[in-house]
Amino acid sequence: MTKTHIDPKASPRITRRGMILGGAQLTVVGALGLRMHKMQIDEADTFRTMAEENRISMQLIAPPRGRILDRFGAVLADNRPTYQVTIVRERAGDAQKVLAHVQMILGLSDDNLRQILEEMAERSSFVPITVAKDITWDELSQISINAPALPGVSADVVLQRVYPFGTDFAHIVGYVGRANAQDVEDNDGNNALLAMPGFHIGKISVEKAEEASLRGTAGRLSVEVNAAGRVMRSLDQVPPVSGADLQLTIDHHLQNFTLARLAGQSAAAVVIDVQNGDLLACASAPTFDPNLFVDGISSKDYNALRDDPYRPLSDKVVQGAYPPGSVLKMSLALAALEGAQVSPDETVYCPGFVEIGGRRFHCWKRGGHGRINLRGALRESCDVFFYEAARRVGIDNLHAMSARLGLGERPDLPLSGIASGLNPSREWKMQRYGKEWLIGDTINASIGQGFVLATPMQLAIMAARIASGKNVTPRLFKPQIASDLPGFTDMGLAPASLALVHAGMTDVVNAARGTAKSSRIVAEGQTMAGKTGSSQVFSITAAERAAGVRSQADLPWDRRDHALFTAFAPIAQPRIAVSVLVEHGGGGSLAAAPIARDLVLFHLNGGLPPVEAYPADQRGRMQTSLDELSASILPIDRHAQKERT
Amino acid sequence: MSYLAHNTQFVPTGFRKILYLNWPVIMLLMAVASAGFVMLYSVAGGSAQPWMEPQIKRFILGVVLMIGVGMVPIWFWRNMAGLAFAVSLALLVGVELFGSVGMGAQRWIDLGFIRLQPSELTKITLVMFLAAYYDWLPTNKTSHPVWVALPVIFILVPTALVLKQPDLGTALLLLFGGGAVMFLAGVHWAYFATVIGAGVGAVYAVFVSRGTTWQLLKDYQFRRIDTFLDPANDPLGAGYHITQAKIALGSGGWTGRGFMQGTQSRLNFLPEKHTDFIFTTLAEEFGFVGAFSLLALYVLIIVFCVASAMNNKDRFAALLTMGIAMTFFLFFSVNMAMVTGLAPVVGVPLPLVSYGGSAMLVLMVAFGLVQSAHVHKPR
Repeated sequence: MTKTHIDPKASPRITRRGMILGGAQLTVVGALGLRMHKMQIDEADTFRTMAEENRISMQLIAPPRGRILDRFGAVLADNRPTYQVTIVRERAGDAQKVLAHVQMILGLSDDNLRQILEEMAERSSFVPITVAKDITWDELSQISINAPALPGVSADVVLQRVYPFGTDFAHIVGYVGRANAQDVEDNDGNNALLAMPGFHIGKISVEKAEEASLRGTAGRLSVEVNAAGRVMRSLDQVPPVSGADLQLTIDHHLQNFTLARLAGQSAAAVVIDVQNGDLLACASAPTFDPNLFVDGISSKDYNALRDDPYRPLSDKVVQGAYPPGSVLKMSLALAALEGAQVSPDETVYCPGFVEIGGRRFHCWKRGGHGRINLRGALRESCDVFFYEAARRVGIDNLHAMSARLGLGERPDLPLSGIASGLNPSREWKMQRYGKEWLIGDTINASIGQGFVLATPMQLAIMAARIASGKNVTPRLFKPQIASDLPGFTDMGLAPASLALVHAGMTDVVNAARGTAKSSRIVAEGQTMAGKTGSSQVFSITAAERAAGVRSQADLPWDRRDHALFTAFAPIAQPRIAVSVLVEHGGGGSLAAAPIARDLVLFHLNGGLPPVEAYPADQRGRMQTSLDELSASILPIDRHAQKERT
Repeated sequence: MSYLAHNTQFVPTGFRKILYLNWPVIMLLMAVASAGFVMLYSVAGGSAQPWMEPQIKRFILGVVLMIGVGMVPIWFWRNMAGLAFAVSLALLVGVELFGSVGMGAQRWIDLGFIRLQPSELTKITLVMFLAAYYDWLPTNKTSHPVWVALPVIFILVPTALVLKQPDLGTALLLLFGGGAVMFLAGVHWAYFATVIGAGVGAVYAVFVSRGTTWQLLKDYQFRRIDTFLDPANDPLGAGYHITQAKIALGSGGWTGRGFMQGTQSRLNFLPEKHTDFIFTTLAEEFGFVGAFSLLALYVLIIVFCVASAMNNKDRFAALLTMGIAMTFFLFFSVNMAMVTGLAPVVGVPLPLVSYGGSAMLVLMVAFGLVQSAHVHKPR
């Protein structure tokens, strides 16, 4: 073989092919250069942003939730700092050993410990795992003292929602709880704050309705993280903005007294200021402790609440719709007077029943009231008089007046599950049942039976409108400016009509033959006017009558009539209206009116009234009752007293 | 005086050869390697350990090797070509039987001071052997089917062995590097057209068959191909790396984020940041200017090699120089295409910049051959 192999013909070929290959290479290099230019120059901003997103992780800082106050500033919903113990695996070294130590200090169960270890195994080693929540001060000190022996363990402060008045405000204030998937979706679906472990949102009532203002704005901690998600350093911090405090119109003493007064019954009561619509008390009994719900209620506790026949979870004030019974007679009276179908002095003869459309309708008083006028019919709740009035007024006018008084309309309040009740009309019956309205329907409606349904809240609004003659609407939030009288428009009712209804209602409580005369108030300037109502749940059957059942007390609880009472006081210058409902309480005069009386007295006296406010013959009995009540209510504080005077 | 004697009498001898080395190429190699040192220092978080210092030592060894190889006459290397190729094939088979397994696939032979990857060696010995083959083969037989089939087998045997490891990147380099030498040697273009046509046709047929009754591959095989071609299909697996690489590269802008300021590499978002993906760190920290400069350095190395080959009347020397330049070109262009998202990730390091011992030493020996060809060219 020669040392070198020279081929004169071959070299040009190599040259030519080399050029071709070189050209191909240049093309590739050109493509690479263009690609770099495109990515690094044209799309640099996009990639720079992506790099920043990679690098910077936003950590949210939960804002303190706004507090909820009563009208005097008493805190109804607060945030309590609690200590929780967390452990970071990578700092703990032998996590199992450290946890065993923690278990000894805090007395955790073995089950608990196993759960913690399981969670630890699932999460990255630098993620803090909650070991114990809401530890006591002593336990905290123990953890702190032992800190050198507990690497990776730390105690942090977290804010926990707490309701200092416990059961008193469960239905109004509501409660908070962990956000579930549905909540996250309802909140635009991407609120990272809701996804934070341990973050709570309002679940019912004011806590839920005012979530947006109570929640506040989350703070942000920008941290630089590496690819594994570990925090390398913090870059920027935006402090959280705490939620706004909310002041309610409720008087926490009156609310507390109302619930004490309703104790033992399935009942609801509302006290409303007739001048500005402030809801002073709004109680549904029995109630429950909202604090149980904050960290998730146990199924045992929950089942007990759910299965209670008195339905503590339901807010009967706005969720319960009941036949209003004779309370509706005020609406009919006003409709008749305004339409001049009944004149103030006109009398109707009540023999105890009346035949209309071939059907006999009874008065509650079997023997009849004899000749009776409107005022007397209100006083004695004569059904026959109102059957006749209803026949003349007709359902259309009755429907219109009831609507003006607020029936059938859902009040605009920040509460949950508000019912609209039912103010029936021809159109409604046709739509609902496809049937014509019958005269019998009108007669039933005239005494608040049949189709008519109203919530205790609606009846309170009705009483407030009758008391003031103005279109009172309730409010639960206290305006933060001094001139807080909302400009309620006049209802446009003739003063004479209102005066006559007022007189009738005054007689109900104060006249010798009034249905609620035993609940009269004798203290000057504190007198009450009202109207009783008893709404039938079941008729006493012929079989029961034969078996000797004569009165409500002989029936089982859930078959007795609902007892209702609506009132306003003081008579001369009405300040408040009250509505009370006692489920299956029997008669309104016996079960509901005394409650209304006590609420009026408590409010007007700023506490338990002197026994002199009651009629002389009741004072002995009332003193005992007042003593009992005073033991079960909150002591009156000076703060509240000052506001009242 | 024979023609031959005339052509060799001006070949420099002894240490005078140093003056005749292709110094521009040496300078360019040093520049590229220095860029590598800087980047290795950066990805280590501003430390010479664990990568920069060993890399510098190996590069110095490489330069010595290159010059040493360059001083040896080219005809010696031509005579050694067959033996070198045979040894590397034997080593390839050897690792197949006795080699260590590391990183899931790579196999090497531990020589004590260095872990030699026979596949790296084969890239050069194949080119060397093919150049010698065409130097030996009379030109008029170049396109004869039998004499074409032979080098095809020479290429396919190591390619198959490497594929089996599996090392797709090296296999491609072998295939294209060997093909380039055949093309340069003057094998009739119709062969290339046929192979390219058949390849394109086969790929086309496979893809067209998808979802039809005569589907050529199983569904899961298609899905693998999908992920291979478009890593975005597998955002947490292969896709994650390429996406992070693109973010690093793209966020560099004109002048980059500054030395040691690249967040993508500093915060470990980049995979293999000291080896296959080192170019993305460079592009992130030095921007388009830095990345394009490195590309230009590479191109200049190719240009000087090609110029040297074209001025070399010795067929073996010219083919060898062109072949090595082509292999070098494939190295950096496949790596850059890979990290810029133009090509699938196949695992090819950036030559002289990526951290890695045997790849660098083998490349330096290859450039030693280029130097030998340059020094000993007939004048």
